[in-house]
Amino acid sequence: MKVLTGNRLTDGEAVWYRADGSFAETIDGAQLAKDKAEQDRLEAIGKKAYADNLILDVELIDVELFDGRIVPQRLRERIRAAGPTNRTDLGKQARSAPAAAAGFDGGGI
Amino acid sequence: MYRYDEFDQDFVNARVEQFSDQVDRRLAGEITEDQFRPLRLMNGVYLQLHAYMLRVAIPYGTLSSKQMRMLAHIARTYDKGYGHFTTRQNIQYNWPALSDMPTILADLASVEMHAIQTSGNCIRNVTADHFAGAAADEVADPRPYAEILRQWSSVHPEFSYLPRKFKIAVTGAERDRAAIQTHDIGLHLKKNAGGELGFAVYVGGGQGRTPMVAKKIRDFLPENQLLAYCTAILRVYNLYGRRDNKYKARIKILVHETGTEEFARQVEAEWQALKDTELKLPEADIRAIEAYFAPPALTPRPEGEDAVRVARLDSKSFSEWLDQNVVTHRNPDYAAVTISLKGIGEAPGDASDSQMDAIADLAEKCAFDEIRVSHEQNLIFPHVARADLKAIYDELVQIGLATANSNLITDIIACPGLDYCALANARSISVAQNISNRFADLARQRDIGELKLKISGCINACGHHHVGHIGILGVEKKGAELYQVTLGGSGDETTTIGEIIGRGFGPDEITDAIETIVDTYLAVRADRSERFLDTYRRVGPAPFKEALYAGETKAA
Ligand code: SF4
Repeated sequence: MKVLTGNRLTDGEAVWYRADGSFAETIDGAQLAKDKAEQDRLEAIGKKAYADNLILDVELIDVELFDGRIVPQRLRERIRAAGPTNRTDLGKQARSAPAAAAGFDGGGI
Repeated sequence: MYRYDEFDQDFVNARVEQFSDQVDRRLAGEITEDQFRPLRLMNGVYLQLHAYMLRVAIPYGTLSSKQMRMLAHIARTYDKGYGHFTTRQNIQYNWPALSDMPTILADLASVEMHAIQTSGNCIRNVTADHFAGAAADEVADPRPYAEILRQWSSVHPEFSYLPRKFKIAVTGAERDRAAIQTHDIGLHLKKNAGGELGFAVYVGGGQGRTPMVAKKIRDFLPENQLLAYCTAILRVYNLYGRRDNKYKARIKILVHETGTEEFARQVEAEWQALKDTELKLPEADIRAIEAYFAPPALTPRPEGEDAVRVARLDSKSFSEWLDQNVVTHRNPDYAAVTISLKGIGEAPGDASDSQMDAIADLAEKCAFDEIRVSHEQNLIFPHVARADLKAIYDELVQIGLATANSNLITDIIACPGLDYCALANARSISVAQNISNRFADLARQRDIGELKLKISGCINACGHHHVGHIGILGVEKKGAELYQVTLGGSGDETTTIGEIIGRGFGPDEITDAIETIVDTYLAVRADRSERFLDTYRRVGPAPFKEALYAGETKAA
């Protein structure tokens, strides 16, 4: 299974392609490509986004689903999706802090 | 300190304008990424994992308080409140938006700074001994020559498209603190028998995937021949350096494949044609640049000796900090201070905006407005009255920068690694943090003594792992991080490339492995005065291999 990712031109922010045609700042909800045809389609979308000067470093990356959550196979991509592991106060992981505080990750135990 | 003249300022301002226009056109979609990439790289702008990264040049690692305040301002205003000081004596910002780059560069230009030639296949920021101008053991300050090289190499038309990047380092002391033998050109400023200044010239050092120690090709080059000789070296390289294979394009490969003697002969031949041209530096020009680097007026402060003695009695932690982080100055009433950016468990080389501001204030108050960045990713006050050391220490405690670990095992060099870098295979920072936490106890660190531990997140070796007494290289194996350990490297006047000790270690094993290595050293060292590196050179890898892998061999 693959998803389409890249970095936004204006600010370099890591983004993932969604079914609604947007590039979102989180990997959750990214469009999954389960077969070759879907991968080809995403690849074409990526090439177009690059050509349109919207997204850089466009890539299809391998992911797996855990409890319905999209998790990249490579650590590199997991870090891109979350933020620096030494600064959990920064990057995407920091933005989901309210969710964590609401008890989703048992933080603090 | 060097001050821009009108040419410097006009040039930097013009570059800001030019790049602003390029950024505007890129954002408007008028130029493609393929067209823009080389332009942004020429201005220090990379794209990393999470965002763009801006690398700002700090020529020969020297900063004024005003400049440091600007670095803090940029961290606060356009980034996320911190910056990362690098092994090239530069600073990197991890989160700036492309659309902010023109403003950032304009801000930098207002304090005589820029990001030009911090990337690309050109002559990069020239680095120097961080104690230059202060060290008791130096023959002369090497920075005037670094500045001459900076001026000469800035947008040098002949050397802006070299086969590969090119790094020059300069030191003015026998004790090499600038790792000159790991550079494309290493210059050792010295005096000949007649008392004249000149350079021993080393060429072809480098790290990366093919680490090599530089070869000395000239024992003494008169100072006025600096540019003629460097031009000769660059010409030979530009002509014969390989452009067909990125991995074989550095000058170290050319020197290696040509042979040192033949390479030196070619350089000497080029030099013969150049030595009496306009590249020969006029005496007056050298002295004029030198004048910019005149040491501050160091008034006698003989009360320092007693003040320090008394303060030592009062505070054990101050005393430890003195032992570790304060070194002798050429003036006995003064000292040079290392401000460790290696707090226990912290990311090596990172400093917050408020820390940068506080350091700027402190430098203004007590350190003649001068700050250095060391290639070991620490900050330095090169000139401090001994009488002021306690006051400085107390302020550093306030801002969390009084860690007394200079040259100890927790004074780790680490590159940004997989937490930020798009080229990385593995994390470096987390490895550094874990090792730092494991060895947090200062008494234990001091018992271990001088130990330089260096970590890179990929074979590019920005973390100088090849020349670490203990080096750690992160690789990716079957999708997971794996850490390869090298022992016995050093980046000083006895530069040596470390040897791989055996199979690598996973992220959960590497801290234990380092502890095993350290415990082995403690068990086999002759006595406390035998440093880790000395011991390794004496006993070789065997006891370390045995300690790390013996169980496996027996089990197999
Ligand atoms: S050594 Fe590799 S991972 Fe580390 S900063 Fe350099 S390129 Fe990036």
